[in-house]
Amino acid sequence: MSMISTKDLHEGGIIREAGNSATYKTGDWRTFVPRFVEENCIHCMFCWIYCPDTAIEIDASGPKPVMKGIVLDHCKGCGICAHECPPAKKGKAALVMVREEK
Amino acid sequence: MEQKLVALSGNEAVAYAFKQARPHVAAAFPITPQTEMMHKYAEFVANGESTTEMILVESEHSAMSAAIGSAAAGARTFTATSSAGFALMWEVVYIAASLRLPICMAMVNRALSGNINIHCDHSDSMGGRDAGWLHLFSENAQESYDNSIMAWRIAEHMDVRLPVMVNYDGFIISHTADALYMLPDDAAWKFIGKYNAAYTLLNPEKPITVGPLDLTDYYFEHKTSQMAAYEKAPAIIQQVSDEFADLTGRRYGFAEEYKLDDAEMVMVLLGSSAGTCKDVIDEYREKGVKVGLLKLRTFRPFPAAYLAKVLGGRKAVCVLDRSASFGGQGGPLFTETRSAMYGQQVPVHGYIYGLGGRDFDLRQAATVIENLKKVAAGGEIADINLLGVRL
Repeated sequence: MSMISTKDLHEGGIIREAGNSATYKTGDWRTFVPRFVEENCIHCMFCWIYCPDTAIEIDASGPKPVMKGIVLDHCKGCGICAHECPPAKKGKAALVMVREEK
Repeated sequence: MEQKLVALSGNEAVAYAFKQARPHVAAAFPITPQTEMMHKYAEFVANGESTTEMILVESEHSAMSAAIGSAAAGARTFTATSSAGFALMWEVVYIAASLRLPICMAMVNRALSGNINIHCDHSDSMGGRDAGWLHLFSENAQESYDNSIMAWRIAEHMDVRLPVMVNYDGFIISHTADALYMLPDDAAWKFIGKYNAAYTLLNPEKPITVGPLDLTDYYFEHKTSQMAAYEKAPAIIQQVSDEFADLTGRRYGFAEEYKLDDAEMVMVLLGSSAGTCKDVIDEYREKGVKVGLLKLRTFRPFPAAYLAKVLGGRKAVCVLDRSASFGGQGGPLFTETRSAMYGQQVPVHGYIYGLGGRDFDLRQAATVIENLKKVAAGGEIADINLLGVRL
């Protein structure tokens, strides 16, 4: 992401370009990362609803939405998805938090 | 322009001036000696003389927060406070300036605790001198009214877009009935004009983000961009003041120069004490003492180059501060004035006076002039002196 100079900034630190959070990457803040175990996923969309960073990628083109995985550019590794995952509560987790190895 | 001569307290005069700007929103919390100003304004609203939406909040922190929300939404907004109320606003006072919101605020100067004191000094607004607001000071009800009319034009000018604080001395100005000329409503409205917000939070066609997280990557650039506005402000202040002079005949600049033309000795100060000084200066002038007064109107932006020019070549200059900077090198007006004079061979000394509303009387002003005479004659005086206190 290129850095804007003072003279090109909007006054008051206002951001006038709506929806630009997609270009602000927060993925490097993480310590733990959710690993997606596809065979255990029931595509309930709980992770998608709970994720505070819209970092769950889904395919909504079909009759029912399908969980596709994690958007690593924006996942901060908070672990809410793994905590809320219903199959995990029955011992067959579809999202497992693991320490990220760089 | 036919103006009406009226007798009003400073608080009432400012309330009228703000009403004439037809603000959309006012958010405030009562505190002595500001209370009467908002009391008067509430009366205008209750009587149907003003359509301003009054937000009665639960604290000054909320008053400034509501003012910021309102201004960011694009509404012409004002608030008012004093002393501890301003101190409680502290956090958000900076935000108003950082977001470049042209909020106007009546600052009825009052001492800060402790001990608790409701009377005038300038320690409240001086505490906020680095917060990014423009500070205008007034000598009497007339100047409080005039500043409160011009404040809108200065704040809302596209090159400025900064909040403006109109300072007037608690009780001495705020609660004293004074004669002043008021503009008719339509003339004031014609001068101030309709407000066009630079941005608004309420336009779904153009969504914006106000006050985002700003870390090591952009905060410094945003502060640099803010600094540029204070460089543009002096020209706009002068331009608005000149237009105001054309309309009313009352001329303002960065300061009032009283008997300065041939003055060898100059007193520099802010606010209502100027009146007392002028009387004493007149007495000394009759005795042939060449003394004058520079009453600063704009403390922020600080007109350093102007002061260096006007005070340059004098035999002695003294600066009177109605606030202390504990552990500092004299009061804020003194340190900045002497800094502006750097490199010039003019002796500048300072006084702290009038804390907690201690009267600044004729005798004190005379003492100041006697000391100026000594310094002008080559005598020495301490950098910082106290005036009117029992030692």
